Amino acid sequence: MKTAILFSGGKDSCLALKYALENTDVRCLITLVSQNPESFMFHTPNILLAQRQAEAIGLPIIMHQTLGEKEKELDDLEKAILAAKKKHGIEGVVTGALASAYQASRVQRICDKLDLECFNPLWQKDQFELLEELIKNKFEVIIVGVFALGMDKLLGRKIDQKFIEDIKLLNEKYGVNPAGEGGEAESFVLNAPFFKKKIVIEESHVSGEGESKILMIDKIKLAVEGGK
Amino acid sequence: MILIINICKEELHELEFIKPVLNIVKSGKKKCIVEHYLKIKPKVIEKADKIIICGTSLKDFDYLEGKNKFNFLKKTDKPVLGICAGMQLIALAFGCEVVKGKEIGLTRIKFDKGFLGAGEGDEKEIDVYDLHNMIVKDDKNLRKNFDVFASSLSNTGIVQTVQAIKHKEKEIYGTLFHPEVRQRGIITKFIE
Repeated sequence: MKTAILFSGGKDSCLALKYALENTDVRCLITLVSQNPESFMFHTPNILLAQRQAEAIGLPIIMHQTLGEKEKELDDLEKAILAAKKKHGIEGVVTGALASAYQASRVQRICDKLDLECFNPLWQKDQFELLEELIKNKFEVIIVGVFALGMDKLLGRKIDQKFIEDIKLLNEKYGVNPAGEGGEAESFVLNAPFFKKKIVIEESHVSGEGESKILMIDKIKLAVEGGK
Repeated sequence: MILIINICKEELHELEFIKPVLNIVKSGKKKCIVEHYLKIKPKVIEKADKIIICGTSLKDFDYLEGKNKFNFLKKTDKPVLGICAGMQLIALAFGCEVVKGKEIGLTRIKFDKGFLGAGEGDEKEIDVYDLHNMIVKDDKNLRKNFDVFASSLSNTGIVQTVQAIKHKEKEIYGTLFHPEVRQRGIITKFIE
């Protein structure tokens, strides 16, 4: 089956892509570029770099602008999926939805309307199991946005065993969702087993203050594994 | 041993419709086995203490063509829980009708009586996760074979679709909604 992935560049959509590549014929990535930093559906920090991630992965990408207003952004998502259907002949859409019934049901409705299969391979997955799976599969992921009490020290950190230990403590202390599903954190994938090139950050800066901070990635380069 | 029956056409859907159920069964420290309905052997059904028939995606209707594989339900005395398409297969096995009917996302349902630990006390009206393009027709035949425990409500409170049933004589239950998403306690109670 020919599929497209709803791609944010974060850990969930990249892990969903891994499953999609193993089970389907992935034809393209679809990324919604939201003008609203508090978009109901779409991840925002560093979203424009999805284009470079697609290049690193070696898949075409459809980048679609949205104002990010509640419900209206769904019309934009529908247009982007329809464009993927017309251009790449996709028969299904794969998402990284984990637990949000709001997010999942809206994509399900759009796919149903466009006569496309909808796949959510991470659906209801245990949050710690997800983080462990990223490490086991050698995903290189960093935290690029923190939006909750006690999270600021995690900004810029790689997801590794030490990160899991730290997030477990924050989970016990503040009830922070370990996978950031409640919007507490945003991630960015630099490398994964299916990346043809890895992403190297050359310049970045931190914006925001207090409990809400973003690591804005200003300059990157694509490098061949083991090369410079 | 709990037998989990997979009816998904696409392998990638198993992570979405089987694994969440499997995780709940495993967290209850129950031994379980997952089998696809097209490959299932009568011996495996015989060995099972309880059976769960999972759902599948909105665009997958292949299970309707394979409904004869579930004729064993008429003879079995084992407890069975059918989820979404699984409930539809249970209804079909007892001669009931499955018709078109779409509900996607959180749906408000109302229980008339307690159902596997749900719908009791002050929790008669709850939100559940629905994902179906087919429903079980609420008619004389359904009511002759099954007790209806819950139905979905429209915004104005009008009863729409049958959401939870139990066979009148057998320990055979069905939910049109997905308890593995919301109301996981139903699965936990069933496997107890």
